[in-house]
Amino acid sequence: MQFPQPIVNEFAITAATVNGSGSQTANMVLMRAIFQMGVPVSGKNLFPSNIQGEPTWYTLRVSQAGYIARPAVTPILVAFNPRTANDDLAQLPTDGICLYPADGLWQPQRSDIIPLAIPVRHILDQVGVNQRLRPYATNMVYVGVLAALLGIEETALLTALQQQFRGRPSAIELNLAVIRAAQAWAAAEPSPAHGKYRVHRMHATRGMMLIDGNTAAAIGALTGGVGVVAWYPITPSSSLIEALESYLPRLRPATDGATCAIVQAEDEIAALGIVIGAGWAGARAMTATSGPGISLMTEFAGLGFFAEIPAVIWDVQRVGPSTGLPTRTAQGDLLSVYYLGHGDTRHVILLPGTMEECFSDAQMAFDLAEQLQTPVFVLSDLDLGMNIWMSHPFPYPEQPLQRGKVLSAEDLTRLKTYARFADVDGDGIGYRTLPGNPHPLAATLSRGTGHNERNVYSEHPDDWQRNMARLWRKHETARRLVPRPVIEINPQARIGLIGFGSTAPAISEARDLLAAAGVQTSSMRIRALPFGAEVTEFIARHQYCVVVEQNHDGQLRQLLQLHCPAHATRLGSVAWCDGLPLTAPFVRDQVLNCLEQMRESSLLVGTGT
Amino acid sequence: MTHNAIGLTKADYRGAPSTLCAGCGHDSIASQIIAAAFELSLPPHTVIRMSGIGCSSKSAAYFLGRSHGFNSLHGRMPAVTTGAHLANHTLRPLAVSGDGDTASIGLGQFIHLLRRNVPVVYIVENNGVYGLTKGQFSATADEGQELKHAGVNHFPPIDVCAEAILAGCGFVARSFAGDAKQVRELIKAAFHFHGAAVIDIISPCVTFNNHDRSTKSYTYGKTHESPLHDISFVPHYEEIAVDYEPGEVRDVQLHDGPVIRLRKLNRDYDPTDRSAALLLLEQARSTNEFVTGLIYLNEHRPTLAETLGIGNTPIAALSENRLRPSREAFAAVMAELLGER
Repeated sequence: MQFPQPIVNEFAITAATVNGSGSQTANMVLMRAIFQMGVPVSGKNLFPSNIQGEPTWYTLRVSQAGYIARPAVTPILVAFNPRTANDDLAQLPTDGICLYPADGLWQPQRSDIIPLAIPVRHILDQVGVNQRLRPYATNMVYVGVLAALLGIEETALLTALQQQFRGRPSAIELNLAVIRAAQAWAAAEPSPAHGKYRVHRMHATRGMMLIDGNTAAAIGALTGGVGVVAWYPITPSSSLIEALESYLPRLRPATDGATCAIVQAEDEIAALGIVIGAGWAGARAMTATSGPGISLMTEFAGLGFFAEIPAVIWDVQRVGPSTGLPTRTAQGDLLSVYYLGHGDTRHVILLPGTMEECFSDAQMAFDLAEQLQTPVFVLSDLDLGMNIWMSHPFPYPEQPLQRGKVLSAEDLTRLKTYARFADVDGDGIGYRTLPGNPHPLAATLSRGTGHNERNVYSEHPDDWQRNMARLWRKHETARRLVPRPVIEINPQARIGLIGFGSTAPAISEARDLLAAAGVQTSSMRIRALPFGAEVTEFIARHQYCVVVEQNHDGQLRQLLQLHCPAHATRLGSVAWCDGLPLTAPFVRDQVLNCLEQMRESSLLVGTGT
Repeated sequence: MTHNAIGLTKADYRGAPSTLCAGCGHDSIASQIIAAAFELSLPPHTVIRMSGIGCSSKSAAYFLGRSHGFNSLHGRMPAVTTGAHLANHTLRPLAVSGDGDTASIGLGQFIHLLRRNVPVVYIVENNGVYGLTKGQFSATADEGQELKHAGVNHFPPIDVCAEAILAGCGFVARSFAGDAKQVRELIKAAFHFHGAAVIDIISPCVTFNNHDRSTKSYTYGKTHESPLHDISFVPHYEEIAVDYEPGEVRDVQLHDGPVIRLRKLNRDYDPTDRSAALLLLEQARSTNEFVTGLIYLNEHRPTLAETLGIGNTPIAALSENRLRPSREAFAAVMAELLGER
């Protein structure tokens, strides 16, 4: 078989390997090398809740068009895990390429694909890799073979290795030797796999970097003035705090004492308790967790809301209910976090959807928490937090920190009177005094119990009702302060697609696919809760909106229906959660189904255009 | 003496009027907190009142009204206190808790607070019973004890002092709300202790657990209290002029100067011996002895803020240029991420 017309810069690779074998390093080198050649890339790491030995997959998408959603089809398979190889092979499209170790027992049993058996052991022998490093070096063999098949440049590979093994020259040398040996073997191996898919140099990634959302959030938090961090390890949020710990000495050196205290708490209850205590005492404090941790934090979230204490809580979502799928992605915490706590509790939530937003939301969350004197949640997810994304470099902040309404002793001397929760500005936000303020009027006893304007215990019905009404006013203030939705209006479109967070690439690509199918759409990506006026306006101006989200119950749609009940029946739902990031063809098909159903129930007249 | 060294009167250390039952042990303790703070001339704004939920935790409103405070969640005050300490380690937390708040729902947080050595004065107002929910057993109730509504308690009590010693706490004391002087002296010593200090005070619940068969009643405390020593807090060592017989007095100097003077009563006891302290508690448990006084003292552990290397300026007071990366440091990280270096 020969393919005179290679497919250039628009394909995907799935590497099926064994967890704990260093395959992620190999995949990162491959991804970085292609990125170095100026070609847009995206990667999805599908890993088990396991330390070593279980199957893992990495999907690397190469797209000159800049599509970065998880690909629906991957025509190149690295079948390096015999346990899953048959299933993996079944996923390979006709004419797909299957790389596999020649010295293993498994062989692909399909005649419609291009098999390529790699003599892994022989290549490693050639390089002289010792027994201890062999399991890791094995994965670098497929990098070398793919480099030969795809035409990845030597300089790009070298740069990728340098970035991956920063400051470890011996590791760079060994891995480069393995890659070169594998490349040489593949170059000399006659195979129809040659020239079928190629990477050609572009300039689409110039000035960009590769980063994961947890690292972006960590750098953002350090830039945003975080002073106290308390956390409890939980996938997929742990790497956020670990990144924060590793960047702290470089970004905020402790020249005159630590500028940020980090404590690993005994559980998530204590983690948020520490954050609430620190926020009360005047520090910018945060925690990061995932669903099960959010459940444990519930009571403190309610206390923070009612005692009006600033706090920042990152929820890097994974699949629930319960322990669920700890290493898979979801958007299932939206409803529970919005109302986290008993009674009439409601929270401010930021919804980042890009690396730049993970960085900027990490800062803004502190500003909002202190301005609104309330816990602010940031809902990321495993896909955003742990996968590697392309990003523009982050800008250094040009605005000062917004520390909110705090009265000093001098202020109190001037004012001569003080009531913690008096709504003097009509925005529902009172003035804080921080512990340590020496003015005799400054001290109050913060509490989660019913209280009057002066923060004194009260069971008086009027006090209770007035306080709750003021908290609602504060929520209305939050509505005006949170980030606006990202809206793209297509003047011809009668259909609007609505989503939030990590599904943005799939929705954006699906819009192109829908347009090709004759359905024009506008889009709105929600950036925060509570919803602002633009949200209702967008829904109102479209005949029909489909809310695309990664959970089972259509949580964003439920909240939107509550927010604008007049439009509730014009909101369709594509709610899907199987733990994998959505693909564009899937979104297209589901949106078309949804529109079809609406047409049948005659809510949508005519075609979708 | 109507004014103390910083010119405040005792009234400046009072709080709101108590709403606890008349005769509640917690109110006696509140009086001694007020007296101790007045006598120590504590600037009110340097103390933070921390509590959880329960009768004892409510009492945080009844003293030091000019100190900031946080009446937080049931059993979770230790975490809030830890956070406050990290944000501003120049403030001294005075924590009041109960046996339900500390030994039942909050035992885990209590222990972790102590093992991190957050420098709190932690008072457990221990009455073995839940008051606000009307008479259920707490985890410090005696095994076999009977209560009107709750019936018989079948489980052994948790010993707050033993738990504190095992958790690494360096100041562990037990007292009795009816022994005002001892309570006051212990609180004063605790305020000058460098690290977490726990005072477990048997504080009778006059409504639900003050009957004859209770070991947490006024009658029991008054007839059974067996002090280890006569304790007094001496703020300035040079003031000590009285001569004592050898072996009669043991002075322990705290790192910031004051002395805890332990005058021998009817036994030799060395509170700096951890094993002896645990043995004492075990023996007291097996013989049903109500031992009070300073059970364990060891001032050598760093506080949490010290362990984490926090400098003189509290994190809450750091200026913006220290809370943000420098332009150069930020640019260097971006350059590295961009692969430029």
